[in-house]
Amino acid sequence: MPKEHRLILKHIDAEGYTRDIKCYMKNGGYKTLEKVLKSRGKKEGDKKYSPQEWLRQEVLASGLRGRGGAGFSCGLKWSFVDRRSGKPIYLICNADESEPGTFKDKQIIYKDPHQLIEGMIISCWANDVNLAYIYIRGEFVEGAQILEEALVEARKKNFLGNKVCGTDFKLDIHVHRGAGAYICGEETGLIESLEGKRAYPRIKPPYFPAVLGLYMCPTIVNNVETLCNVKHIAKMGSAKFAALGTPRNTGTRIVSLSGQIKNPGYYEVEVGHATLGELIFDKNFGGGLLDGHELQAIIPGGSSSKVLRAGEKFKVKKPGPDGKPVETEVDLLDLPYDFDSLMAAGTMSGSGAIIVMDDSTDIVEALANVAEFYAHESCGQCTPCREGSLWMSKALHRLTHGEGRKEDRAYLQRIATNIQGRTICAFGEACAWPVLSFMDKFGDEFEARGEAHEKAKETEVGGFVPHKVAASPDS
Amino acid sequence: MKFKVSPKLEKEIDDRIKNYPEKRSASLMILHAVQEAQGYISQDAVEWIAAKLELEPINVYELVTFYPMFRQEPAGKYVIKVCRTLSCALGGSGQLFKHFCKKLKLDPKKHGLQTSKDGRFSVEFVECLASCGTAPVMMINGDFYEGVTTEKADKLMSKCK
Ligand SMILES: Cc1cc2nc3c(=O)[nH]c(=O)nc-3n(C[C@H](O)[C@H](O)[C@H](O)COP(=O)(O)O)c2cc1C
Ligand code: SF4
Ligand code: FES
Repeated sequence: MPKEHRLILKHIDAEGYTRDIKCYMKNGGYKTLEKVLKSRGKKEGDKKYSPQEWLRQEVLASGLRGRGGAGFSCGLKWSFVDRRSGKPIYLICNADESEPGTFKDKQIIYKDPHQLIEGMIISCWANDVNLAYIYIRGEFVEGAQILEEALVEARKKNFLGNKVCGTDFKLDIHVHRGAGAYICGEETGLIESLEGKRAYPRIKPPYFPAVLGLYMCPTIVNNVETLCNVKHIAKMGSAKFAALGTPRNTGTRIVSLSGQIKNPGYYEVEVGHATLGELIFDKNFGGGLLDGHELQAIIPGGSSSKVLRAGEKFKVKKPGPDGKPVETEVDLLDLPYDFDSLMAAGTMSGSGAIIVMDDSTDIVEALANVAEFYAHESCGQCTPCREGSLWMSKALHRLTHGEGRKEDRAYLQRIATNIQGRTICAFGEACAWPVLSFMDKFGDEFEARGEAHEKAKETEVGGFVPHKVAASPDS
Repeated sequence: MKFKVSPKLEKEIDDRIKNYPEKRSASLMILHAVQEAQGYISQDAVEWIAAKLELEPINVYELVTFYPMFRQEPAGKYVIKVCRTLSCALGGSGQLFKHFCKKLKLDPKKHGLQTSKDGRFSVEFVECLASCGTAPVMMINGDFYEGVTTEKADKLMSKCK
């Protein structure tokens, strides 16, 4: 039976562990930073790496993939940074944590802020960054205070400031609060918001943050958990880190489990070492469904990911007896919870948030809830997203308020299809995918609901059924 | 201009501005500071902040209308935010929200912030508060409360004096 592997959450919730710098340092905190600052680089064959280059190389070699949603290689992202522009390079920690279902970064911020700060300082040093920000969602009022206090502590100890640990490296970090808009989690929207504007995402190309980011300077945006991982890579070395997890899905991941299960919560596991089924049913994790209920659906990676229906089967490639990949059919619950397996199943592990729905959930209500979120959160720049998200939400509102129509299924499908791929940012997909996947997997239920509403109206005494009355203008 | 800030708040604002290479970046942090001190963002506040940051008032006003956390009218002494999104809905946040509305004689079908007649409480449905594992979740002013049953809600309310 797989167990938790606590790398980042190691001290979190441990008895007597507090979030102040004293406790952090007593447990080995900031030792990695000191080690890194004294490192001397490396020579490999003809190639000479400066200490900073070497750490970037280590992050690349570790296979670390971004924990914010897209799962993009962190080292590769860092390699895109324009280092010749002569402009300052900025680093922003994405602590917006706004993807519904996700509550992992909050644990780090509230309970072990110095781990994040150490990860950030190391990442800034490796990328020649002298000014960095933590963009934290507005509702984390206390979280922002905790981070600010932690930053003051770090400054006092010279981990920040003009001479970090007595070296010539100069760095300051500030906290910047959002104000309740989901779209600030999207990295270019976040940058606009940090510039003091509405969080309207920027179009790529040309506005890749690595080249034209904050104040049109090269900028790195990384998730809280990703930056914590950097500390651990610097501490244990890329090889040891990469030995955790599975070859293309290295390290650990903090999974946020919520919905209709016995033990919702956050669990850190080696990536790919636990299956979806184990995460939901094992007593080490979710502990199973509520008594007397059966599984209906799983949203596997935050509300933007495509829903999975209980009993679904997938074809995934697994190493056979001779080591060569063979296509095997696996049940939904036997999918290893990692980036690639979920992608192969047509969905994604996104922000690592699993939302479980049992048979007591009205699936139409569930999608209506999700659609209302997106209708509320669209920033409004692109017509397909602004209008489409609202139309979808309205149609689903009808379907949950006795006003549905049989053709709403096709209508929803058409709108969602027309949004995806036609917008400035990935919010377009984020709002289309839930609808498309619910129609794909539960479409009959939506159609039946609409049909039932139509029938109920026809039989109402004196019911007004416009499309039948107006059938022929001549009659 | 009627708008005034205390010397302490002004110092905080000036310090915030220094954290950024461009003044404009400080606008969200200043809006938060002003709203915390005065309860809402008045038109005068918008103009004062704009002048402070060497911007046009519209540059600040458009933030107040874009970001859900800022309000243009005073709210109750205690602002209750109940999470509306899926995991909390599965955990009963709809009932929790209705419970508050009933107690405070507010309309559960209405969108946006509503304030009780005596001005003590404001209630609002908000989107995912990143605490979904302990649904249903709510906030009173800056503080989180998790796994809130209606009984727990009543207790919390009675502590709000
Ligand atoms: C609509 C939308 C919302 C997002 N919200 C978040 C968020 O709340 N937190 C986060 O870390 N990344 C979020 N992202 C992903 C970021 O754009 C970005 O990819 C990420 O911060 C990069 O960090 P990483 O490479 O370390 O994962 C969001 C993306 C989109 C399209
Ligand atoms: S896709 Fe939606 S959220 Fe993204 S920029 Fe366009 S309107 Fe805004
Ligand atoms: S759904 Fe309510 S806190 Fe996330």
